[in-house]
Amino acid sequence: MLEKALEGSKSYWRLLVTLLVLAGIGFGCYLLQLNQGLRITGMSRDVSWGFYIAQFTFLVGVAASAVMVVLPYYLHHVKVFGKITILGEFLAVASVTMCLLFIVVDLGKPMRLLNVLLYPTPNSVLFWDMVVLNGYLFLNIVIGWTVLGAERKGVAAPAWVKPLIYLSIPWAVSIHTVTAFLYAGLPGRHFWLTAILAPRFLASAFAAGPSLLILLAYFVRKRSKFDPGDEAFEKLSQVVAYAMCVNVFFVLLELFTSFYSGIPSHMEGFIYQFSGLEGHGKLMPFMWLSAILSVIAVLMLLSKKKRSQEKTLKIACVLVFIALWLEKGLGLVITGFIPNPFNTVTEYWPTFPELGITIGVYATGFLVLTVLYKVAIAVKEENL
Amino acid sequence: MKIYDANKIIPGLLILVGLFTFPFLYNIGGAAPAPKPELPKEQKTCVQSLAFMKAGHMQLLNDWRDQVVRQANRVYVGLDGKEFNPSLQNTCMECHTSKVKFCDQCHNYAGVTPYCWDCHIAPKENQ
Amino acid sequence: MMDGSRRSFLKIGGLSVLGLSGVRVWNVFAATQEAGHEAAAEAAGALQWAMVIDMKKCWDYQEKQPCTDCMTACHGIHNVPEIADPKREIKWLWTDLYQHAFPTEGHEYPPAEAKGKPFLLLCNHCSNPPCVRVCPTQATFKRPEDGVVMMDFHRCIGCRYCMAGCPYGSRSFNWQDPRPFIKELNMQFPTRTKGVVEKCNFCAERLAKNLYPACVEVCKAKALTFGNLGDPTSPVRELLKQHYTIRRKNELGTGPNVYYIV
Repeated sequence: MLEKALEGSKSYWRLLVTLLVLAGIGFGCYLLQLNQGLRITGMSRDVSWGFYIAQFTFLVGVAASAVMVVLPYYLHHVKVFGKITILGEFLAVASVTMCLLFIVVDLGKPMRLLNVLLYPTPNSVLFWDMVVLNGYLFLNIVIGWTVLGAERKGVAAPAWVKPLIYLSIPWAVSIHTVTAFLYAGLPGRHFWLTAILAPRFLASAFAAGPSLLILLAYFVRKRSKFDPGDEAFEKLSQVVAYAMCVNVFFVLLELFTSFYSGIPSHMEGFIYQFSGLEGHGKLMPFMWLSAILSVIAVLMLLSKKKRSQEKTLKIACVLVFIALWLEKGLGLVITGFIPNPFNTVTEYWPTFPELGITIGVYATGFLVLTVLYKVAIAVKEENL
Repeated sequence: MKIYDANKIIPGLLILVGLFTFPFLYNIGGAAPAPKPELPKEQKTCVQSLAFMKAGHMQLLNDWRDQVVRQANRVYVGLDGKEFNPSLQNTCMECHTSKVKFCDQCHNYAGVTPYCWDCHIAPKENQ
Repeated sequence: MMDGSRRSFLKIGGLSVLGLSGVRVWNVFAATQEAGHEAAAEAAGALQWAMVIDMKKCWDYQEKQPCTDCMTACHGIHNVPEIADPKREIKWLWTDLYQHAFPTEGHEYPPAEAKGKPFLLLCNHCSNPPCVRVCPTQATFKRPEDGVVMMDFHRCIGCRYCMAGCPYGSRSFNWQDPRPFIKELNMQFPTRTKGVVEKCNFCAERLAKNLYPACVEVCKAKALTFGNLGDPTSPVRELLKQHYTIRRKNELGTGPNVYYIV
């Protein structure tokens, strides 16, 4: 089936070349990092995880795109998702690929990466995160590819894939839960030390993943003969609406516990984000933007009439995606390190090479996505 | 029999063969000299036999580091029951006073760069 | 020797990486159970190195003359690089103010003698170390023999999870090659390399020779006391009996083994 990715319009090839060039620039920056060490990043002794790990955390959420179409389709027989499960699964594949790449570029000794397998450590959440992420990647590649292959031949998917599909549903929950556990079990990092972190990750994932999926599906509809169908958009927009409301609700719960209890260590993270701490407030504009965009997006999505208009829905999805990227892909990880263990503030800001590597990883992920979507759409168009 | 696109395929094959055989062709006639690691003059015996050290010094060093760092055991019983401090920097390099004349000889010949020296300090003459 | 290496080669070659990993996971579980039995048997007088720091003695001495002997000795013998940039610096033994060392204890009106005074900080070699719990490769581990929290620099992949886990800021990452920042090399001890995490090792290399940690040995004010917490007659237990002591962030349950006399 992969040969389908070798034929395409001029703009398809232009997109591939652009992504390749960006990935190449990222790789160049990565060579610099390998040579110089992580000092080329903005990270420090106090903020020891930065942009890479933040993107990883956010993209684990985007990978939820798959489960939010697979679950309704296979468990609740929501037929309208039949056409786009493949888009959800392939988006998950690309997202998890980016997640794994972001972990690798964050390592100080990437050549020793396999030590995680050589000395497996069940008491480390990172070990389990490696297991669940690779498992989810594997499940979605196998399921997506097999079902698509069967569709191409006009036959039913083999029976053995069904159990894998059912397994992929709780597995999707596990990637968000385990990723949240990376943070939620650390003594002394009070911003993360909250039992609601895993539910928050699930809520934001179920909003961010499907909202990107909606945007991609609109793009596919515009540029190909494959149409996911209006009902699919309607259903997905419902998912985004509910998940985004729950996400905002969960954030408000965090604010209540922190500020009503008045415990300084629980408040300081939010104070840093929204009004600055000890004269430091680099994240302030971004966190306010995230909050405002979240509210606007919720208001747009709540009304069924509004969200069934293509233009409004597109804008709402863009807002949801940006708001959650700011919240998780920028705010959550960095703020966890502020204030530091000495109750002082060291701020973090990514450097240019760091951004170059980040863009390179995103380009690689979207390269994978483009090729997979190209194959999927070619098969779908063949069968029209 | 006719080969289609022979004007592209044959030069392509030639380039491929050329690329793959380049290292061998390049070195024809000029074999690299065999390494001559310089042995210590004062000491006649190592922690194990010569044959053992030649074949397995890397495994021994691997075992030493686990023994010292992870098992907190800083005694190694070597040849004839003699005891040694299992330490690259403080035992091996005590007799083999030159990394250049000893370690590097074979490592360069074999084209390996063990990362021992990223942390362990080579004797003064190498700095 | 050759047999052994051939066997291990076949083992690695024969099993797929994942299969191998699965076997090893099983071994880990099995090992944990065994260790549990042993720990119960030894619990009575188990060796756990600990330190008691009497800052008043240090300050009194410093009134006569400024002194950084402990830090100089520690960083000197362990080849700790001197990096000026606070974002990149590497610290095994260092000082900070009371309100930074004990952020949850402090209030606006500290006693005059503690105000603005430095507190000596190092790895606490916790009884329940979060850094060990989170490390995905066991590159950092608690030595069952004597409770020292060790780093295996050969194994560290540089993920920095331990730095997120440590609530004491006791861990430093090598953001760059440390060698250019070491003024004088101690030829008896290795340096570190870029990309690994490091911290105080309670002078494991000196303990192996029955020597006290360097900081304890060089302190002219005798402000540092080192000993076995498991032994009721040890000097640290004597001090803990006689004085009111505090530990950093006691409430987190990490069980720090560095005590401060106040």
